[in-house]
Amino acid sequence: MADDKQDLRVNPQQATAAGNRGQGARRQQGEGPSDTEGTRSMLPRVDVLEDGAGITLLADMPGVPKEKLELKVEGDTLLIEGTVSAPGPQEMEAIYVEVRVPRFRRAFTLSRELDANRIEASLKDGVLKLRIPKQEHAKPRRIEVAVS
Amino acid sequence: MYESLLSFPGTLFSDVERLRREFDQAFDTGGLPGGIPASIRAVAPGSFPALNVGTTQGSVEIYAFAPGLDSKKIEVTVDRGVLTISGERPAPVLDEKSNVYSRERLFGSFKRALSLPEDIDPERISANYRDGLLQVSIARKESTQPKRIEVQ
Repeated sequence: MADDKQDLRVNPQQATAAGNRGQGARRQQGEGPSDTEGTRSMLPRVDVLEDGAGITLLADMPGVPKEKLELKVEGDTLLIEGTVSAPGPQEMEAIYVEVRVPRFRRAFTLSRELDANRIEASLKDGVLKLRIPKQEHAKPRRIEVAVS
Repeated sequence: MYESLLSFPGTLFSDVERLRREFDQAFDTGGLPGGIPASIRAVAPGSFPALNVGTTQGSVEIYAFAPGLDSKKIEVTVDRGVLTISGERPAPVLDEKSNVYSRERLFGSFKRALSLPEDIDPERISANYRDGLLQVSIARKESTQPKRIEVQ
């Protein structure tokens, strides 16, 4: 769903006003919209930071092992998806549940000066760290002023 | 079914109210009639870490969704039937020149408590931290487990 995408650089205030139409209170619980397959998912909490060389994205995805994490770049869309894998005995009866959907999913729009081919990803203790470098020509540089 | 004498059927408000309740039922209760009751120590949604609790015949399993912690610094205690999970999540190191667009991840110290069923054995607890998921498994006392009795 194209509507679910969020611009990487939209700050949180704008995001609540524009990016999450109709989700209202659901967003409080971190539950996101359903995806195309009809399964529901949670929105992982993210930090997005930018420096001169690129963007760093940190996403909380507790319980997602490396094998169940999927990162996709399609056109200018970055999609993060992961399924929670909770080892445990069979025939368990839930008596108290806060995490109802064992899936995380969130999409972002990349901008043109970012180099999607050189994204580096690491996953440690349920925190996904993505480093999205800028294209060489998009890095800030100082322009010398020639004095004649 | 009328909520009160003032909510007549067929008005816009009652329709909205009915829709709201239907949504709540469909999404909040996981389809179970009446929903899963909340614990007396329940906290506002979105608190850190989120907890799921399940039981089997032999044990109580607690899952805490606590990403990005040092396993040595997670404190898990059981005192008089109350399980407490506490710890601290370090604040991310920020470069002064960085632009911050989104700060949704929580940091700082946290503590959550949960009352356990009466028949647990506080001597047999194991805790395991993997992929940001803390799993605490507490055995139940043998005496309370169902037993098959041989007929002579």
